[in-house]
Amino acid sequence: MTSCRFGKVAALGAVAAVLLAACTGPAAEEESAAPTANAPLSSGPLKVAVVSHGTAGDAFWNVVKNGAEAAGKELGVEVEYNADGDPGNQAKLIDNAVAQRVGGLVVSMANPEALKPSVEAAVHAGIPVITINSGEEHSAEYGALTHVGQSETIAGEEAGKRFKQLGKAKLLCVIHEAGNVGQAQRCDGAKTGFGGAVQDLQVDISNPADAESRIRGAVRSDPSIDAVLTLNSQVAARAVSAARAAGSKAQIGTFDLNSDVVAAIRTGDVVFAVDQQQYEQGYLPVLFLKLYRDNANVVGGGKPVLTGPDLVDKSTVDKVGEYVRRGTR
Amino acid sequence: MTAIDERLAKPRPLDRLVVRPEIGALIGAVVVFAFFTVAADQFLSGDGVATWLDDASTLGIMAVAVSLLMIGGEFDLSAGVMTASTSLVTAILATEAGLNVWLALLVSLVFALAVGAFNGWLVLRTGLPSFIVTLGTFLALQGLNLGVTKLVTGTVAVSGMRGTDGYASAGFVFASTVDIGGTKFQISILWWLGVAAAAAWLLVRTRFGNWVFAVGGSAQSSRAVGVPVARTKILLFMGTALAGWLVGSINILRFATVQANQGIGLEFQYIIAAVIGGCLLTGGFGSAIGAAIGALIFGMARQGIVFARWDNDWFMLFLGVMLLSAVLVNNAFRRRAERVRR
Repeated sequence: MTSCRFGKVAALGAVAAVLLAACTGPAAEEESAAPTANAPLSSGPLKVAVVSHGTAGDAFWNVVKNGAEAAGKELGVEVEYNADGDPGNQAKLIDNAVAQRVGGLVVSMANPEALKPSVEAAVHAGIPVITINSGEEHSAEYGALTHVGQSETIAGEEAGKRFKQLGKAKLLCVIHEAGNVGQAQRCDGAKTGFGGAVQDLQVDISNPADAESRIRGAVRSDPSIDAVLTLNSQVAARAVSAARAAGSKAQIGTFDLNSDVVAAIRTGDVVFAVDQQQYEQGYLPVLFLKLYRDNANVVGGGKPVLTGPDLVDKSTVDKVGEYVRRGTR
Repeated sequence: MTAIDERLAKPRPLDRLVVRPEIGALIGAVVVFAFFTVAADQFLSGDGVATWLDDASTLGIMAVAVSLLMIGGEFDLSAGVMTASTSLVTAILATEAGLNVWLALLVSLVFALAVGAFNGWLVLRTGLPSFIVTLGTFLALQGLNLGVTKLVTGTVAVSGMRGTDGYASAGFVFASTVDIGGTKFQISILWWLGVAAAAAWLLVRTRFGNWVFAVGGSAQSSRAVGVPVARTKILLFMGTALAGWLVGSINILRFATVQANQGIGLEFQYIIAAVIGGCLLTGGFGSAIGAAIGALIFGMARQGIVFARWDNDWFMLFLGVMLLSAVLVNNAFRRRAERVRR
């Protein structure tokens, strides 16, 4: 019995060795010069795949999707939007788009390193790639045409600066997705821009009641906190009621807009919202890819195309609020 | 027929087929495959096949190990987070401590096996349901992942694996691609096939496999006939941890980076794949091959929906309907199988 088992193991090992001989290691992938047979068609309707790291039903990414689809409709481009928050799954969605031989690819790179092989494979297959939202610093390196987005760090800095202008002394930065790189960058940026004391607080976005009570606990236990920065419009609404319940004088600033935030800016409960105008991040890449295919146009001159930050406050909220309602801001 | 004892009667070939736990999954896989082959142009192209096999592979490795554990009558809710924990241990040791990747992999393997053994030991020692115990480890690991990562790197992800010692050779084993007819297939597919074959062999050809069915069917009666219940169950928990390490290693070497919140929620996908594959939630019945096929259905459906260019807003609905129908088909077959046995 023992010898028989050993034989089987040895046979398996031999098979594995043969198969491994046909392998290419991840570091050893060499680039061949000519694009492969997978090259996209250059005539007929343009097909563009948008692959983001948003989750289904996310208010922010829904606006990006609306932007991409509106551009598709207006320009006669077939746009397909897919998303997965897990970097590995997102990479597989990119591989999927390459397998479909799309004519253009739009990718948000929240975790650039994980997407590197897939994005490079797309570029190698002759598919023009535009990165959006995050991943600006790796966009060109991976072979993308351009990057459309706002720098999370710069946006955080602007928010911090605004609080500083408002004369605040201590800032609470509320992170709602533990493990999200972009959110860490925003809070770090806010630290730089604010200059004063900044404290991070972690809450869970999928549990609004918990988010509210944690913010309430934080502002109550530390009365010196006079400013709260939330990184999402839903969390902003929670922060407003938390500050009110705790009787805190803290003022709320937030990232991203929704109708609640618009109403809160009107009433003064929220002092500003950092809008990165993500509609443009959906719309512009589709337009750029169309221009690239039909007219070989490129934009940005090697620099990213910035969509924000646009700080919306009481002075601009009326006009912008209208567009929030129709899902384009 | 009355002359022969019915227990000695030879079952008809069709009846022999339907008593197999994986038959429902196999039919489901054929249906899903046929459906997307017709519905989506590129589904059957080389690149298309490589994409959905890739998606199914890492899920399949975990589903196979989880199916063995479920046949043994236990759950492991920490299995999803374990894939991230092992990635993080490997990545932190390699990038921050400067260890050779192979050594880092070895340390994270020891870590995984220790957590698996701890899960098993605690379940048996306390007599608590494994659902509760592994829920505890799930939460603890989730907290450790985030806490340690932030403590060591100051941010919420570890990256930079591509520049470490031994990355090329380790990547060759865990994250390379095999070129077949100009299409690149991920090596994780081979691991998946290997793990499924090994688990199937272990389950139906070895004494250990008999023990697994016995402890899942009834721990007490198997203890009475001399089956080492504790050892079997602890080994099964270590098995899911080992699979978690394998998938974690594949992920970290392929993507070269790991986020602290990775893997959360995947444990349910493993259980779902195992259930589609014919495993009973109550233990004592199921198949490793079935779980591998369950993962295949998952991969084909998940990528097939994208290939078919359907609006992804409806994706979860489709997945839910598909899972329910797969389980219902399984159930119908199991009832028929029980009739055949009688």
